[in-house]
Amino acid sequence: MSDRPAPEHLLTSVQMARFVAHGFVRLDAVVPEELNADAVDVLSAGIPAVPYGTPVAEAFAPGSLPARLIGVPAVAGALHSLVGPAPHVDHHAVHVREPGEGSAQPLHGDAIIDVRPDAFDVQLMYYPREVTLRAGGTLIVPGSHLRRTNESDTGRYQNLRGQHRLTCPAGTVVILHHGLWHGGRRNEGTERRYMFKIRFNPVVRQRLLWNTADLDDPAVAEELRVQFPWYEQATGRLEFHNRVRLWRALTGEDDFDLDHWVTRVSNRPERLPADA
Amino acid sequence: MTTAETPAATGTLRQQVLVLYLSTSALDSGTVGWARYDGTGATTPTTGDGDEPPYPDGVAALRDGWRLIQAAQLIPPYPGHEYDVSFLKHEFLFEKLVRV
Repeated sequence: MSDRPAPEHLLTSVQMARFVAHGFVRLDAVVPEELNADAVDVLSAGIPAVPYGTPVAEAFAPGSLPARLIGVPAVAGALHSLVGPAPHVDHHAVHVREPGEGSAQPLHGDAIIDVRPDAFDVQLMYYPREVTLRAGGTLIVPGSHLRRTNESDTGRYQNLRGQHRLTCPAGTVVILHHGLWHGGRRNEGTERRYMFKIRFNPVVRQRLLWNTADLDDPAVAEELRVQFPWYEQATGRLEFHNRVRLWRALTGEDDFDLDHWVTRVSNRPERLPADA
Repeated sequence: MTTAETPAATGTLRQQVLVLYLSTSALDSGTVGWARYDGTGATTPTTGDGDEPPYPDGVAALRDGWRLIQAAQLIPPYPGHEYDVSFLKHEFLFEKLVRV
């Protein structure tokens, strides 16, 4: 992962803006079938843990399932765009949900409250098999990643309008901002559900790491303006404000704004009037 | 959860709880989130079990017999944290007492 992926495999600015608004990138069926076929046995056997913060090149042996997974061009390109070259592996985990197993996880963010304004970890989630609605795929709440909440303190929120109850074809990878609210749903299907998660820590400043050829595309702002049905009327406006600040951090464009949201409330002129 | 043991002639009551998260602090504003808990044991609501809210707003729940038992206070932001986003602010708890 230390080599820069080809530009066509990197995320575009529009896709990055979508990540800043939604808090995740979804790559449907990008993992080849032969890797998916190997994955269930490998995941069932377990993948050895690595110490927290292991450089990715040391964490996974060449040819291993995780190494092959993060070497898939679309996956490598997305990871590079988000966290840059040679990130560290925070930890990884195999999640298996048995049919009819218990209750769903409470809605949560992983680790602990993490309010870094200009850096973020990502969590890669890989689904080697098709996930159906009955199989209870991961519940994801778009646009929840900038909320300042701690782990499962959000457990009372059973359902939010516009939530994604993930269904996907085999070989799908979803990459989440560390703050995104999510949870494993109850598996009401008849087959085991598999998901492999890897959390990555960046080791470089996360600025303009993607394919920036379209940085000035008006579609960037349109992606950043998306509203989600679960946002309260007033707080939804604060989300715009906070997205602008994150986009400024990721691009270095300190005067970027959406509809004057940040500019208006930070305008404190010091210039004296001409007739003073 | 509370339960009430009532005289044999009237049976036993169990509490059902409905939590609605609304778009503003007004009870008749739109539902953006919800949760249910069932003290009768007849149902087992859980995370991510539906995409459609049970009521379009808080007043619709009242009209269906739910009793409002708590509404979230309106608390000003802490100085310096005016632009922070965190939990949903407009939380309304309702109950029904159901004979079992």
